[in-house]
Formats: sequence, C-alpha cells, structure tokens
Amino acid sequence: MPRLTLREAITEAIREEMQRDESVFIMGEEVGEWGGTYAVTKGFLDEFGAARVRDTPISEMVIAGAAVGAALAGTRPIAEFMTINFAFVAFDAIVNHAAKMSHMFNGQFTCPLVFRAPGGGGKQLGATHSHTPDVIFAHFPGLKVVSPATPYDAKGLLKAAIRDEAPVMFIEPVPLYTSPRVRDEVPEGEYTVPIGVSDKKREGTDVTIVTYGEGLHVSLAAAAELSKEGIEAEIIDLRSLQPLDTSLSVESFKKTNKAVVVEFGHKTYGIGAELVARLQEEAFDYLDAPIKRVAQFDVPAPYAGKLEKHALPDAAKVITAVKEIL
Amino acid sequence: MEKATLLDWYHQMVLIRRFEERCDELYQLEGKIKGFLHLYIGQEAIAVGTIGARKAGDHVITAYRDHGHALAVGLEPKNVLAELMGKASGVTGGRGGSMHLASKDLTFWGGYGIVGAHLSLATGLALAEQYKGTDAATLCYFGEGATNIGYFHESLNMSKVWDLPVVWICENNKYGMGTSIEKASAVNRIVDKAKGYKITSKVVDGMDVTAVYEATQKAIAACRKGKGPQLLEMMTYRYEGHSIGDRTRYRTTEELNKWRDEKDPIALLQNKLINEHGVTEDECIKIQTDVDAQMDEAVKFADESPEPALDTLFDHIYPATPGVN
Repeated sequence: MPRLTLREAITEAIREEMQRDESVFIMGEEVGEWGGTYAVTKGFLDEFGAARVRDTPISEMVIAGAAVGAALAGTRPIAEFMTINFAFVAFDAIVNHAAKMSHMFNGQFTCPLVFRAPGGGGKQLGATHSHTPDVIFAHFPGLKVVSPATPYDAKGLLKAAIRDEAPVMFIEPVPLYTSPRVRDEVPEGEYTVPIGVSDKKREGTDVTIVTYGEGLHVSLAAAAELSKEGIEAEIIDLRSLQPLDTSLSVESFKKTNKAVVVEFGHKTYGIGAELVARLQEEAFDYLDAPIKRVAQFDVPAPYAGKLEKHALPDAAKVITAVKEIL
Repeated sequence: MEKATLLDWYHQMVLIRRFEERCDELYQLEGKIKGFLHLYIGQEAIAVGTIGARKAGDHVITAYRDHGHALAVGLEPKNVLAELMGKASGVTGGRGGSMHLASKDLTFWGGYGIVGAHLSLATGLALAEQYKGTDAATLCYFGEGATNIGYFHESLNMSKVWDLPVVWICENNKYGMGTSIEKASAVNRIVDKAKGYKITSKVVDGMDVTAVYEATQKAIAACRKGKGPQLLEMMTYRYEGHSIGDRTRYRTTEELNKWRDEKDPIALLQNKLINEHGVTEDECIKIQTDVDAQMDEAVKFADESPEPALDTLFDHIYPATPGVN
C-alpha cells in the first residue's frame, strides 16, 4: 500500500472524485496554472481542463457565493480558499448562505459543495495568516466542518465531503501537509470515511486526550513520552467538529475518569470549552479531576518564531497537563 | 404586444398589488404577519415583464422584496400568504418567511435578505448552466443600493471574466432604505458601473411593462448566444416605505405623487388596453374583482392553515446523503 503525505492524500481524493463524477469541479485563486499555492492541484489543469479547474479573481465573496449557486443548480463545486484566513472575507456566503440553504428553504434545496481551507499556524506568517479558526465555522448548524489529522482520514473524509449533499468546510492543517511523521498508508482507489464519526487513535487506560488535526500529533508524541513513565493515554480524534460525535470521548472518559482536550485554536470559547461541557453533562459522576485544556494562548499570532511557537500547543504542554491531573 | 398577453400581465400586476395591500392590512391592522415586510407596490411591471420573457428552466433569484417575483413565477398567492403568516402550507413551510420565498420546481431560488449576497449565488447559477452546456439564462434582481456592496462588484467582474449567461436586473427605486442614490453612490447611473466591467447595459422605463419585457427578451437572447452578462437598469419607484414602520421622511409627498399619478405601471397598462386594444373599463374592473375574490380565498386558506409542528424544528438542517454519511 502506498505511503502518502497528507497533501498527497488530499490530491488523490480530489483527482479520484473528479474522474468519477463530471459534475465535480474546482475553483479558487491559483488552483489552475499555478497548480495551487500549496501544490494540491498540481497537474490538474492539464488533466481536467480549464472548465473544471478554474482560476478565479481574488474575490472570496463571489468564490464562495458562486459555489453555493452552482451547487443549487446541480453541480458539485469544490471552492478553495488559498488559506482559511481568507475565508473570513467570505464569512457571509459561508454561514449565512451555504449553511442556510437546506433548512431555510424547507428542504427544497441542497447545497452539495466543499469549501477547502488550508489552515494552521507556526509558519511565521504573522497575525493575519496564522489562524486556526475552525470552531467558528462549527458554530453554525447547516454547515459540516471536518479537519483530518492523517492521510488515510484525509482522503476518505474528503471523498465523503465531495459526495455529501450538505455544504462541508474541509479544513486542512498546513503544518501536516508534507510532514514525514504524518506519512501513512493510504489505499488506492475507493473508500470513504464517514463525516461526524470520531476515531480512537491510541488505546490507553489512565487519561483520555480528545483532539483533532495537528493536535493529534502532539498528543501522540506526548503519549509516547508518558508511556515511558508508565502512563497510558487514550487518544480520541474528533475528525469532524460539526456534526460533533462525542460518543467515543464519553466512553473513554468513563474508563479513565480524566481528560485533556488539545486543540490549536485559541483557548477561549474553543473546542475544549465545548468538550468540557459535554463530558460533565454526560459523565459527571465519572469526573475525578478537572478537565484540562491545552490550546493556543489568547494572543494574536506573533511573527517571531520562538514567540509564535510559545503560543501554540506542543507535546511538553500536553505532558504537563496530563501530569497535573494524575 | 398581443392583447391576450397584455391582459395576462395586467392580471398579474393587479394581483401583486392587491396581494401587497392585503399584506399591509394583515400586518398593521390584524397582526397576522410578523417580522420584516417589504412591499413591492409601484414596481410590479418589472417582475411581471422580466419573468414574462423567461423560458422554463431560466433561473430567477432576487432580494428580500420578493413577493412580486414569487407571484410572477407562478407560485400560488395562498401559499405565499401562508408563508408570510408562518404556516406549514407556506411555500417554504414557514421556515423562510417574507424574505425567503422560493420554489425549486419553478427554478425560483429565492428571496435573500443580505443585500448583494445573492448576486454571488446568481453568478454560480449561471456558471452551472455554462458548465453543463445548457442555454438557460439567470435573471438576478437587486436594488440600486446593492450596487455599493462588494458582492456586486465581485459578481459583475466574475460574470464578465467568464462571460456567464446572467441578466443583472437593477430595480432602481432611488432609495436604499432611506438613503438616496445621490447620497450613497459616487456614480448615479448603474449602467455606468456596468460599463466599468465591459458589461452591455441599458436604461429601461421600469413602469412600462412592455418596455421591460422587450429589453429583457433581448438581454436573455444575448445570453443564449454566448454574449455574456447583460445589465438592465429599470427606473422605478416604491410607493410604500422600505418596510413596515418606515414613515419615508427622507422623501417628499410631491415626489411620490408625481410617480404615482404620472407613471403608475398598472394605470399605464390599463390605459393602453382601453385606448389601443379595445378593452372596456368593465373588463378591467372584472379582473380586479376576480383578484379580490382570489385574495379573499387566499387569506382564508392561510388563516385556516396549521402552524408547523414543533417536532419538525430540526428537519432539513442536513440533507441525507445515503451510502456515504
């Protein structure tokens, strides 16, 4: 089985879906001639032609809105934001239009589209280009929000997203795109991973770590270190933020009675806040210690490398959080 | 134009006006309509004349002042009224309300409440038809106030860059809520904005249904020939306020009266029918009383319809995708 990077898995998913279904096309800034600013669609223009690989003006509002209109009229667009930071410009089209089409029009319309959005910090891109704002998009019913952490999940989830009748925000953690430690066996050809289903990525007995995206990899690194000291962490990868599946997290928490939530977005009002609420609602009697949150500090991302890294989660911070509650 | 067509348009325009007048009463006197209510009185010729020029399959998409378009595409007054009254028999089951009327079967993609946003959706509708290789055109309506928001400029630009089959129909009623075009826009003719994007454009008398129809027919034909987007600036006037509760202090009674007395689209069409097509005043009155009766029935239907069941609240948030998710 081929071992792919996360980026290669994403490319393969889009290519397979475009080969399978002619109603699927991709549009965005620099997706064609340039091959994608992160080279996700390299070679697509030659393979699929300019009608299906559409370079757009720098116009996020109409890129997102036109994807909605094209989806209503029977095609299945993939609209790429060059980075998720630019999706803020299109916020209205995403949350006030795409997300509302089905319910507001009483189920008459479906809006089968994918907004692809590379995101994440740690690359010294400054305050406006380093966001992990995933949770904001997950706040609105009607939009599905997915963020994979492994190449296997990335391919399967993206194929599922393209086939979904609902609009899907597909958030790709850029720091994982080409990372060798994330490289993974990915089956060639057909399979999908269902949206809205979490996954256990590590078995353990002593503490539950709930995370997703880049958080999975710092959590795995932390778990490997903790294991040397005889502490076994169980790791749940949410994979989807909306719909949110907490079943495995609750089940694991009932076993370990302790939990840490790890995310790369800001701490305040983050996924951790939601998970803490859900765990105490659904498993209050199993609570043996405060549930800890490891997240990006509440500060705009600074440019300076060490300063920026200091604001982001890492394995050491996860280890510290675990030890505080054991 | 054929007499039968003109009579049909007359009937539609009278229906829209009576519909709106009844809505006003149901809102202000009876409290049966809530929320926002944006009335189309004065602008009837535009919805009727433009939609009269479309073929089945051509898309229609508009802003929040959408009752006229909903009726012109063929939605039943009773179901539109039921929607406004928040009933399960409404065109969107009581979920959309006044601003979000729609019908997939009639390729009427709605009523939208965020100024300018639906222009981007129209761009996508037209893109989909070009992508599929059909000859369907998209009719997209908006007020002149929407031409100052980014969506307008991004959408016009993209539509021309890709030569999409969309007719941009600006219903220029001179006021965006209470702010006049002179105060709000550096360029006071919308056709001039279209020229900035190399889009063919034309000023049309929006109170003359025949002129509206003919201009739209030409614009749609150009779209079908692959000539790309077209823009029509329909000069018109809304008689009522922006929405219920607007006392229109930003304009004079003289201005309103001038439009209503000299340019009323229904009066102009009625004169034409009588003077040029041998229609009698009694025939016109008969149409009006028929519409009144139809509206009485519509009000009764909407009034007696049940509200949506509470257990349907969570329906349709996410459509089912069998076999995948």
